[in-house]
Amino acid sequence: MDIGKNQHMISEIKVTSLTPGIPFYGDPITLRVNGTEHTVYIEPRVTLLDALRERLGLTGTKKGCNHGQCGACTVLVNGQRINSCLTLAVMHIKQEITTIEGLAKGNELHPLQAAFIKHDAFQCGYCTSGQICSAVGMLNEGHATTDAQVQELMSGNLCRCGAYPNIVAAIQEAREQTRPCV
Amino acid sequence: MNPFSYVLVTEMGMAASAIANPTAKFIAGGTNLLDLMKEGVETPQQLVDINHLPLERVEVQADGAVRIGALAKNSDVAYHPVIQERYPMLSQAILAGASAQLRNMATVGGNLMQRTRCYYFNDTVSPCNKRVPGSGCPAIPGYNRIHAILGTSEECIATHPSDMCIALVALDAVVHTQGPNGDRTIPIGDFHLLPGNTPHLETLLEHEEMIVAVDIPPLPFATQSHYLKVRDRTSYAFALVSVAAALEIKDSIITNARVALGGVATKPWRASAAESVLIGAAVTEETFRTAASASVRDARPQQYNQFKIELAQRTIVRALKQVAAMQGEVV
Repeated sequence: MDIGKNQHMISEIKVTSLTPGIPFYGDPITLRVNGTEHTVYIEPRVTLLDALRERLGLTGTKKGCNHGQCGACTVLVNGQRINSCLTLAVMHIKQEITTIEGLAKGNELHPLQAAFIKHDAFQCGYCTSGQICSAVGMLNEGHATTDAQVQELMSGNLCRCGAYPNIVAAIQEAREQTRPCV
Repeated sequence: MNPFSYVLVTEMGMAASAIANPTAKFIAGGTNLLDLMKEGVETPQQLVDINHLPLERVEVQADGAVRIGALAKNSDVAYHPVIQERYPMLSQAILAGASAQLRNMATVGGNLMQRTRCYYFNDTVSPCNKRVPGSGCPAIPGYNRIHAILGTSEECIATHPSDMCIALVALDAVVHTQGPNGDRTIPIGDFHLLPGNTPHLETLLEHEEMIVAVDIPPLPFATQSHYLKVRDRTSYAFALVSVAAALEIKDSIITNARVALGGVATKPWRASAAESVLIGAAVTEETFRTAASASVRDARPQQYNQFKIELAQRTIVRALKQVAAMQGEVV
């Protein structure tokens, strides 16, 4: 089978879920992303980041450093923020994965997205997907209230353009309005 | 990353048979292992996913000890009310490390097992006695600013990078493991090894052994504890020097003390010499300085990390002052 050409020959591929104790070498697996189930044929070594970008075409999540040091790859898994570059796609079957593409409801922006625009919280935009997903996760965690706490708990997201003050301002405004996000 | 097979396990027995494969490794959070695999430093042929084992709880035992399951996430431990109340240094140490995203992924067991950030260890083109025994240590004649001043040998000066482990060492934690030869308990001070002439051996853990829990003994005065981390950045960087400190003070005399150091040693470092100076002494700056000086008496600096000797002393003094201030002692 030529797996390079067409990932979506779903009707011909038997979708398997992992059987505990049985080694997995590469097979179609099901990932739930932004509320939709996707089938991807991958090897175990495909990171969640690469599965999202390269296999599912969800390129909103960025590869910045690929080593868990910049936060550009931040996504939400079961509502919790993680670095998708340092985890394997196969480890997240049956979990709810939310990427930047999944935050808006149709044309209605997520409050954080609207706040980032209002407060000019990005320049080049490369860190922005990770910043917003990380901020959603941080607000779900509920430990940050002051600006200093927001800065500290967002420290896993680097911004080479230096939009930090505006990022903090955007987060603080959205903190009042954020709805729970899975 | 090299190709590998992946096995999901849901029971200890399944994990035990999977790890019997000498080329297999457990994966939990994966935040260190996958990073090392991307660099080619670790090349397991099979990963055994243990995340579904029921080892994530934090529970108070009958004797007052707190048992932390090996799969408890760093963030869950740091924010756990029992940990925050009884062992604030541990909560602070964990929150001082990595980033929120990484703390959500990383487990206690994995944090114990994390490997050094030495540039040469992480670069497979470089010789490295830890990675390739006998190949040499390029850090000793090389750029060694982040390397150790304590616990070093002629073969290795790599710093142990964990924050969590510094607090665990100060608290006399005990590591519980399960393996083919049965269950055993390993005091945290023995768990990590000095490099000596076997820098490739970092812990007492056997290949087929799994960490299942970490017990923290009851220590009432640990409520008066603090973790102070000094680094090049305000956040999200490894320690140049870090100090975990706890003081029990009665009538301005230190009746008990725990001090451990990070960022300066080849394994998480219990500063027993400092504790000996502190216990029984008056709560004064001079006492703190004497204790700090004792803790670096055997320090062996390298060309680029000599500053750590002074920085470690100042950080120890500041950390002790902070703990004293928590109890109303102005030093």
